Formats: sequence, structure tokens, C-alpha cells
Amino acid sequence: MTAVAPALSPSVDALRAAFGSAVLRAAVSCGDSIVWVAADRAHEILAWLKNTPGQTFNYLTDVTAVDYRDPDRPLEVSYQLRSLSRKADLRVKIPLDKAQPLAVDSVVDLWRGADWLEREVFDMFGVTFTGHPDLRRILMWDTYAEGHPLRKDFPLRGNFTRAEQTRQALAANPEAHYSMEELSIADAFNELPEDMKRRLLDGQRGELR
Amino acid sequence: MSTRTVEMALATPGLDERGRPSRLPLSIGQPGDDDMGAEHMLVNIGPQHPATHGVLRLVLELEGETVKRCIPHIGYLHSGFEKLGEYRHYNQIVPLTDRTDYLSPMANNVCLALAAEKLMGIEITERCQVLRVIACEMSRIISHLVWLGTTGIDLGAFTPFLWSFYQRERIYNLQEAWTGARLTTSLTRIGGMMADVPDGWEAGLRDFTATFTRTLDEVDTMFTRNSIWCGRTQGVGVLTAEEAINFSLSGPMLRASGVDYDVRKDRPYLGYETYDFDVPVGEHGDIYDRYRVRLEEMYQSNRILEQALDRLARLKGAPLNTDDHRVILPPKGRAMSDMEAMIHHFKQVMEGIPAPAGEAYLGVENPKGELGYYFVADGTAKPVRWRIRPPSFINLACLPKLCEGALLSDVIAINASVDIVMGEIDR
Amino acid sequence: MGLTLPPDGEVTEVPAVSPNWLTTRLDFLVNWGRANSLWPMPFGTACCAIEFMATAAGRFDISRFGMERMSFSPRQADVLICAGRLPFKLAPIIRRVWDQMPQPKWAISMGACASTGGIFDTYAMVQGIDTIIPVDVYVPGCPPRPEGLMYGIMLLQKKIKGETMADPSLRQELLVNEQGFFVPPEKIDEISEPFGNSVHQTRSA
Repeated sequence: MTAVAPALSPSVDALRAAFGSAVLRAAVSCGDSIVWVAADRAHEILAWLKNTPGQTFNYLTDVTAVDYRDPDRPLEVSYQLRSLSRKADLRVKIPLDKAQPLAVDSVVDLWRGADWLEREVFDMFGVTFTGHPDLRRILMWDTYAEGHPLRKDFPLRGNFTRAEQTRQALAANPEAHYSMEELSIADAFNELPEDMKRRLLDGQRGELR
Repeated sequence: MSTRTVEMALATPGLDERGRPSRLPLSIGQPGDDDMGAEHMLVNIGPQHPATHGVLRLVLELEGETVKRCIPHIGYLHSGFEKLGEYRHYNQIVPLTDRTDYLSPMANNVCLALAAEKLMGIEITERCQVLRVIACEMSRIISHLVWLGTTGIDLGAFTPFLWSFYQRERIYNLQEAWTGARLTTSLTRIGGMMADVPDGWEAGLRDFTATFTRTLDEVDTMFTRNSIWCGRTQGVGVLTAEEAINFSLSGPMLRASGVDYDVRKDRPYLGYETYDFDVPVGEHGDIYDRYRVRLEEMYQSNRILEQALDRLARLKGAPLNTDDHRVILPPKGRAMSDMEAMIHHFKQVMEGIPAPAGEAYLGVENPKGELGYYFVADGTAKPVRWRIRPPSFINLACLPKLCEGALLSDVIAINASVDIVMGEIDR
Repeated sequence: MGLTLPPDGEVTEVPAVSPNWLTTRLDFLVNWGRANSLWPMPFGTACCAIEFMATAAGRFDISRFGMERMSFSPRQADVLICAGRLPFKLAPIIRRVWDQMPQPKWAISMGACASTGGIFDTYAMVQGIDTIIPVDVYVPGCPPRPEGLMYGIMLLQKKIKGETMADPSLRQELLVNEQGFFVPPEKIDEISEPFGNSVHQTRSA
């Protein structure tokens, strides 16, 4: 609770110098520095922030998304970064036009901690993370058919009636849905397509590329 | 074809007409295996299993007794907290936070109030800060006590469970006297507290801090040099400092790996920088170090509690809530006798407290790690987005890495050492 | 999932035995034994599970009721205690656990969430586990205090002591239709309706 006027993080100027127009805008809200970047260069920018000496945002605090009540406002994917050594924070946001397919590049190759966080954003908002090794629903079950719960067009009680929800939940068999990794050692292995079989036999499953 | 479509396509023919699996892939060798012909086996643990600390489900691929792969499945306790928060006033979210990490409800309440105050730009009084520190540290102790008791049971020691639950009951008594509830405390309000501590309450807490560490000493005697305990925990589930940072771990999990990072020290809130306490840091990153770190944290919390009690005595009679009338309800006596105060009271309860458009992230050091609340506001009295940065969700994500190559019995110990609480993981 | 009705709706009738001195004495003996050695299957999911653990620990000591033997395998359990909220994702699990428990069996729904969905009137939550499995005792509270749970257990013991072998319907398995329901879907919709203040709490701004 300090009375010092909040200033924009110096990292924002460095980002502008390095990436120019890919940095869309920047602002300070409640003392937190926020920078909006273009989706197509987001991965590059986040890698730069992590690896550049003087920035060293080596700790990914959180990945989440925000869907605003105004339906025309873009959905934002938000990365909360932290430099443990410099004790500095930066929030990087990627606006995504809801009329287009929602997709950004995954940062699991930079931070392993992003794995489940990105799966959660995929589950709750329907944002696809390109290059994620195992992008599945994480909180809802695989065959969940109602949509993406944290989107604003999703009603609080869900899209279906309670009876229909109960019926679908009881029909969802937890034993029937194994992930590819689990299936790879099951007898279903023989039913996999050739290229996937080859990858699994080479031990490439679950590895980060 | 994406991973997902393959999975769906393969899962469906495996069902009979009632939706039951006609084929249970349990014990099938993998073509091309060269590991001495050992059969691989899928073992499913949970979602209802006493050692998974809730409704976690683990699918393990075993070769003999060695874990080749561990695949956690979560979401069995997903209750829609974040969605529900978008339909509630800021003060109405406080009861929801009790039920996320239900092992440390008061610390969650404090984090929520701090985040909302950061969003609205509200200063709190010194006495309120001290009481919130007490709430946080009491929560840390009861949360670590549950961890100690349940981990002891998982590793075959029942007695510490009874000891730690006895001490928890003492804190529950204090919590109940303060808030009226044993577990769902709803202690804070924006700009202050739900209630001041009752008369004579401090004496009860003093009695607790004076005698509580004896239990810790007993546990220390029982465990720290116990050969069974050391054998089950030392060198098991090791994570290096770089890996711990890369996995975004926090709290005792991060510090046991040798990273000296504690939110209370590195970005202080509630005046933690003015308290005298140490942050225990491990060096091996194994289960044993996590145990040592948590045990020491309880001693340190006890130290903080004693200092906070001294300050509370000094601040006797000082105001508890901020005098900002935007957020604090008028006193009950005035609301019942004064028309304006009553209208004010009514409007604030019915319409909530509007927060200016903006967003705020605030992280605090919870027993499990860094708990962060991230609010996005658009000028109304309900948040556009209430995001919980769940420490145990992020800590649990490294479980597959920790279990790789461990023995089946180690999986139980490793899972216990992460200190998970499913209410927070699944939200 | 679940045990299904026979296809032609055929139900076996068991002739009722009229109570006489012998059967009532036998009932008393059997019920006394059952009521005082209930093995609980703790289906602990959330906050209530912590209070359940407190009930099991030293101060409240559930072994006074002959219940200290927790049966984590449903196949040896007598009473299922659903302690905590039950999301839809968990619904097939509790149904499976219940189906695996042998007769005689009872269920306690501990806490507001298990009984009615509690404060979670959301897309993810079952609005009362009695839409999934039959429930004998509902314990209110959020979470119930250990004393509350013990009162529920004592009510269950009272219920057991009133049972008779002459009534085969008590031991009848729950049969579900092909959709997985044992209550009509309209009933589920009806009891899941928001009520009271929660009707007004679904506006987001």
C-alpha cells in the first residue's frame, strides 16, 4: 500500500524498441504494467522476455483469459510474468478477435508450467494453443458437449436442462476415455494410424518439440 | 488428425450399447519393447481413493513396480467458482473463497480482500493488517497440520494424525470464537474485517502459541531421524531448482528445491517486512526437504503469531475498519436509527460496491504456495473475470515428472508431498 | 451405468412374513448388530471431508459408534457418506461406488452441497445427490459440524433399528432405466430449480 505513482515497466520500452508495431499498446492498471501484443508474434516476444539479459522473466505466474461482457470486445489471453531475480512483474495480453478462430502459439516449450494452464484456458474458453503437446479438456470431461463455460455467452447454469446434464454426465464413462498416451500401451495400439504408431514407438510421445 | 480426434475415434468403438467399456486395457505388452520382456500394466488410482487426498485420479503405466508414466486426471471437483464469481458482488465472493482451499480458509479471505482493495485503491488500518496477519498464519499452521497428519497416514504413521488434529481443534475453537464458524470463516470484508476478535481471545491464542510447538517437537523427534521416514522420503521425487522454476512451482515445493522465494519477503503485503521471521529453504528438492520446510514454517508462523499478538495489544482500541464510506457499512446502531445511514446500508448491500474499470493481480503466500486473485472490472459491482491462480493446481502439474522412474509406493508419498487440495485444483 | 431394470418389467414377488415374536426378536438382534457396526465408505470430496476427518479424529471419535473401521473399498462398506460437493464429472463415479456396495447399505448426504447443490447453482454441479443415488439421511450445514454428522449417524441408527426382515423392499437394489435415471427427468428438473434468493442472483452485471 504505497502512495508512489505507478509507472510503466521499463520492459515495455525495451519491447517497443525490439518489436515495433507488434507491441499494440501498454497501460498501467492498479500498479500492474500491462502490454498488449499481436498474436502472431506473441511467442517470439515471450521468448525474448524470458531469455534476454536484463529482462529475465523466468517465472510464469499464470496463464488465463478474459472474455468481456461487451460482445464486440476481443477475448484476451493473459500471461502474468515475473522475474524472480529482479522482483519485477509484467502482464502480457494477446487480444483475439472472436470472429476469427481463437488460436495462439503455445509457450510450453518455454515454461513447462504452462502445460495445464493452457489446457485449462482451452477447456474454459476454447482458445487453441498451437504446438501444445497434449491439448485436451482438463476440468470438464472429454465428451462435454455444452461448450466453454467461462465464455460470456455460456449461461451460469449451463445450456442444457438439469436432467439432460445428469443424463450426459452418467453416460460419460470415465474408463472409456484414455488419452493417446494411455492408449499407446493398450491393445488399441494396433488401431492407431501408421504415422502415430511410428512416433510412439520412437518414444516421441509426450515430448516437447 | 489431432490427438483429440484420435482419442475419441478409438474410445467410441470400445463401448457397448450401454456406454460401458467392452474392453478394459489393463495388461498388454507393447510391441517393440526391449525392456527384458516385462509386461507393462496400467493401474488406475482414484478418483475415490484414500491416498489421493480428494478426488484426484492417476493412471500409472508400470513396468514391474517401476512407474514409467503417470497421467493425472483432474476436474472431478470442478464446481464453477470462477463463473459464479462473475455473478456476485465483491463482498459476496468472500464466502466462495472459503471453499476453494478449504484447509486455509482465512488466508483465502485475506487474499480476496487485498486483491479487491488493490482494485479499488483502498487503504486498510494497521490493526486490520495485524489481524489479517494473524489469520494468515493461523491458516498456515492448520493447513500444514493436515498435510502432516495425512502424509503420516500415507506413509504408515497414524499417531501424528491424531496429534495434529488435536492441535487443529484448538485453532478451530479460536476460529469459531472469532468468526462463528469452524471452517467456512468468511472473515474479511473489503476495507476491513467481518468482526473484531472477541474479548479475551488473545489470551487463547497466546496459550496456543506457547504450547503448540511441543507437538512439533514431538513430531520432529518421531520423524526427522526416523530411518523408515528417511528411507521413504530422502531422494524420492527430486526436483532441481531450475525445474521447479520452469514448472512455475511456488510455496514449500519451490523452496524445498533450493529457491529462496517467499512472497511475504519478496513482495511484502500486510507489513510482513516488519516481522522477524526466517524462510526455510531446502537443498535437495526431495520429499524429506519438503517435510523439513513445512515443519520449520510452522515454527516460523508461531513466531509471527507471537509478534502479531504483541502488536495487537499495543493497538488496543484502534479502529479496525477503514473509514471509507464507499465500502464500509454504517454501524448497526446508526443504520437502525438514522434514515440516511439505513439508505446507505441498503444500497450497499443490494447494489454492491462498484469497482473502477481496470484490473489487478495480487498474489499472497498461502500454505500451498502463491495464491493469486486476478480481477478484471468494468465499473460495475461485479467483476468481469475473477481468476484464481491456484497454487496446488500448478504444483500438481509436475507430478508426472516427479513420478517418472519412481516405485509405485513412492507415488503415494510424492503425491502427498505436493500438498494438494482438490477444491482449489478443480475450482 | 447402473443396474438396469429387467427388459420385460418382471419383478419377483417375495411373500411377506407376518411379524411374530420370533422374527421381531431376530430383527432386534440383527438391527442392533447392524446399527452399531456400520462400516462407512467415506466418499469425501471437499470441505465436508475435512469435518469428516475431524469427526474421525481424537476429539469427536467416531469409533464410539462402531464406525472407526473406514472401508475405503465399497465392497466391504455398509454406509456411504458423501461428504462434499458432487460435480457432474463425479456423478458416474458415485453411482459406480454405490452399485458396488452390497446390501444392506445406506447413504448419508453430508452437507448442503451434497444434499442440494448448496451455493453452487452452476453448470458443473449436481443439485443434490439424490438424483444419482438414494439417500437415507441428509445432514444440513456448510459444512456440518462433527456433532451434526454424529446426529445424522444416530438418526441412521434409529432408522436401522426400525427395519424388519419381513419387508424385502428395504433390501431392493436401485434399478435405473436405460437413460441412467431412477427418478423421472421432470422431477430432476423440478428439484433443481433455483429457489429463494438464488433466483435473483444470476445477473452478471
